[in-house]
Amino acid sequence: MSTQQLKEHPEFLWHNPDPKKSYDAVIIGGGGHGLATAYYLAKNHGMTNIAILEKGWLAGGNMARNTTIIRSNYLWDESAAIYEQSLKLWEILPEELEYDFLFSQRGVMNLAHTLGDVRESIRRVGANQLNGVDAEWLDPKQVKELCPILNISDNIRYPVMGATYQPRAGIAKHDHVAWAFARKCDELGVDIIQNCEVTGFIKDGERVTGVETSRGTISTGKVGLCAAGHSSLLAEMAGFRLPIQSHPLQALVSELHEPVHPTVVMSNQVHVYVSQAHKGELVMGAGVDSYNGYGQRGSFHVIEEQMAAAVELFPIFARAHVLRTWGGIVDTTMDASPIIGTTPVENMYVNCGWGTGGFKGTPAAGLTFAHTIATGAPHALNKPFSLERFETGALIDEHGAAAVAH
Amino acid sequence: MLLFPCPNCGPRNETEFHYGGQAHVAYPEHPAELTDREWAEYLFYRQNTKGLFAERWVHSAGCRKWFNMLRDTVSYDITAVYRIGQEPPALRTSQPTTGMGMSTTRQGTPEGVQL
Ligand SMILES: Cc1cc2nc3c(=O)[nH]c(=O)nc-3n(C[C@H](O)[C@H](O)[C@H](O)COP(=O)(O)OP(=O)(O)OC[C@H]3O[C@@H](n4cnc5c(N)ncnc54)[C@H](O)[C@@H]3O)c2cc1C
Ligand SMILES: [Zn+2]
Repeated sequence: MSTQQLKEHPEFLWHNPDPKKSYDAVIIGGGGHGLATAYYLAKNHGMTNIAILEKGWLAGGNMARNTTIIRSNYLWDESAAIYEQSLKLWEILPEELEYDFLFSQRGVMNLAHTLGDVRESIRRVGANQLNGVDAEWLDPKQVKELCPILNISDNIRYPVMGATYQPRAGIAKHDHVAWAFARKCDELGVDIIQNCEVTGFIKDGERVTGVETSRGTISTGKVGLCAAGHSSLLAEMAGFRLPIQSHPLQALVSELHEPVHPTVVMSNQVHVYVSQAHKGELVMGAGVDSYNGYGQRGSFHVIEEQMAAAVELFPIFARAHVLRTWGGIVDTTMDASPIIGTTPVENMYVNCGWGTGGFKGTPAAGLTFAHTIATGAPHALNKPFSLERFETGALIDEHGAAAVAH
Repeated sequence: MLLFPCPNCGPRNETEFHYGGQAHVAYPEHPAELTDREWAEYLFYRQNTKGLFAERWVHSAGCRKWFNMLRDTVSYDITAVYRIGQEPPALRTSQPTTGMGMSTTRQGTPEGVQL
């Protein structure tokens, strides 16, 4: 037997403190959005007596289950503004957080397969350019030049009739993003408390004053909700409703391959989006399952349909194998836009409804939600994304806007 | 893939069906009298139950009829199917959430299929 001593454990990125009796603010949910919110609360607003309460482990929800696509080519002005701010933050965050989380601006293509798609796409490119978002329209030949493994022949079921392209878009390594934020939060004095499920709220009239958790009662000045798929359940506990439906969303990876896929390709028509991770696995996402679900798994036919479409578009994938599939629980709204703002409960704020596409929004969600929590009023960027819009009718309908999904 | 017990056709693959969301959401009786808040509730707010949920499905690739189903949104187990217009069958264990002011403790005459 070896007598050699084990090397010392490398330094932990964050501590695991026990919850204190009281905080100035607690953030519910230790996914990307909760972490980014706590980071900006500490950094921009000097609020460091705060805690993140996570029922499971850090980033164990959608944060480390998503396909990591980052882009800002949304149709409407309100969306373009917040997602473009997010992309600008992604561009500076590796340096600011002192952590190389492999943010790679390899471009994202959104394929058009029908004449309707083509019209919508060209319209969106125009809208993007007016909003200062980098966007181009590519014809099939240009598509092929950028991504040679795509099948652009016109005798397939979903022929490629062109694509929109955003060169500054790309991917990042999601678990590293979480760790990067967690380390900085910890350095700034934020308590990251895992295995701490919020089970109820303490209120003084219409004002929230504390939370009940699986690790005891914690009093707090403010509460920020960042619970993604579980947002509506927590809101109900606090005494208000959210227009959210939770659905399973699945993704999968192949075994490792040599680099074959230089960019990110998305198709809303056939619900497939593909990139190749740094290690070499092909990462593919599917569409949501139609039914409401909290099971963190979806139905296999969704994966089957997605693979059929992927193999037709990328014939080279026919010999690849599915290594792993998984699901997350996404919080969808009727207009496919997030809700970031105040709630009917005083001192309680909500950030939810990012649905299938909130990874890219992580930095902007954190920035604007921290502003909302600290000042009690929304930042200019999240003002349109209020809960009230479902009453006023000022919806931000990104559903019909061709660039939905991820 | 889930196996759904269509009340008319028997067990069929999930892919033959389309989802209709929460069941028992009635059209407002006096639409002209609703406040903006009430309209928002009717249009955009639905129960998002974690657990036993009463929901609508249509057998689009079969009998093409709508029906109601009680399904657990965590395990995806199906407890009962019953016809449109019927109350959810009374279950021995937990009660489903029907939302929108429907009492969940009311006892209908369940002719539905319990599984
Ligand atoms: C398969 C898949 C693919 C996706 N692909 C993309 C993509 O390519 N690009 C993109 O932009 N987005 C994508 N998304 C969406 C994106 O992942 C989410 O919008 C985003 O992660 C949500 O924010 P979050 O990271 O804070 O959520 P989460 O990581 O889900 O964080 C919420 C946390 O709240 C915790 N929580 C819940 N209830 C409680 C409670 N009672 N007490 C304490 N804690 C609680 C949960 O445990 C969880 O950790 C995808 C999602 C999935 C599932
Ligand atoms: Zn039938």
